[in-house]
Amino acid sequence: MDMHTAKRVEIMIEAPLEKRLTAALEKAGVTGFTVLPVLGGSGRSGRWSREGQVGRAGMVAVICLIRPERLDTLLDAAFAVVEPHIGVVSVTDAMVLRAERF
Amino acid sequence: MSSIFDLAASNLISPIILSFALGLMAAWARSDLTIPEAIAKGMSIYLLFAIGFKGGASVAAHGVDAKLLTAVGAGVVLSFGLPLVAFTLLKIMTKLSKIDAAAIAAHYGSISIVTFVAATSVLEGRAISSEGYLVAVAAAMEAPAILSALWLVARGGTNAKMDDGLIREIMLNGSIVLLVGAFVIGMITGEKGLAEIAPFIVSPFKGVLCLFLLDMGLIAGRGLRAAKGVVTLPIVAFGILMPLIGATFGLAAALLVGLSTGGVLLLMVLAASASYIAVPAAMRVALPQANPAIYLTLSLGITFPFNLTLGIPLYLTVAQMVTGG
Repeated sequence: MDMHTAKRVEIMIEAPLEKRLTAALEKAGVTGFTVLPVLGGSGRSGRWSREGQVGRAGMVAVICLIRPERLDTLLDAAFAVVEPHIGVVSVTDAMVLRAERF
Repeated sequence: MSSIFDLAASNLISPIILSFALGLMAAWARSDLTIPEAIAKGMSIYLLFAIGFKGGASVAAHGVDAKLLTAVGAGVVLSFGLPLVAFTLLKIMTKLSKIDAAAIAAHYGSISIVTFVAATSVLEGRAISSEGYLVAVAAAMEAPAILSALWLVARGGTNAKMDDGLIREIMLNGSIVLLVGAFVIGMITGEKGLAEIAPFIVSPFKGVLCLFLLDMGLIAGRGLRAAKGVVTLPIVAFGILMPLIGATFGLAAALLVGLSTGGVLLLMVLAASASYIAVPAAMRVALPQANPAIYLTLSLGITFPFNLTLGIPLYLTVAQMVTGG
């Protein structure tokens, strides 16, 4: 199978900021991403869970798979939104099939 | 005085309050009881639609008068003004930072629609009528407080993240759109429209409200448990004092507008309640430095239960005394 290197960027961010983040990514030319709900976890502020959240609260995970040369553009766009907020940004090496899709 | 206690006692043993208490106790006992998120959201949509529709149908039945606009105006002024009172009180009573105080103040200028719904349910139980357009007042009071709080922060030299997107999100918040939309549908279709869907939005209303308050009890209980050490005694005292002050302002506004006994109660409740849906989301965007554990615990864990159990009977007694109703 023909595999290609890519970067997997995972951004955990507060749900009310999801639209701002995805809009910033689209503006930076990143059109492919997946948004996942986050059930709960633990961080600097202690444990938290999606239970006990009212309205549009809690966290979401925005995941992007991109070509390595586009990583800096994506991180600049994401960081402008994420910087003052609670959240985690991580980058991992990945392999993808069908490179023309990224 | 004894009537306040009688009213409070009968209110405390109502299915609505006992459902809330069950949720609180289940959370404190660390039970795994949960209401699935989608069901809770569905119930909140149902309650907003039902209360909006019934309010609109009531306006259609009784006609629109100048009081509607005056009441909406009074609500907007209260929502703009109460955060300034709350902010000053917080600066006097607590050692919170300006940003935390402003974020909390925004919650107390805005409203809790569930407290409003619970108050309408108390009025229905006692066959006391109220002006249907107070639903529109409730919708109008959601957003101005957020602007006041951001102004308080900007005045202190800190930049709040206010953008066009946030203003749109605040003004077109889902609960405002649903409440106002259902109110307009109720106004257009009137009593006939209400009669058509009454088996859906009237009969099951209290049952759904009980389940919704069970969920609110679970949320409040878990929030209180998680907030140990974050919320100090002066902050708790603020959470009880501020609704009383808000209710007093609401009473003055209601008397100026000339509302009925039921209307006076509802405007007092709106001014006394604190938001825990629209404002927290706006604060996370505009004031990310503010600690959400403090403002959520205050509005949901302290002020909401206080209003639900003791506040509403107290406000109703005062409203009846003042209006002679």
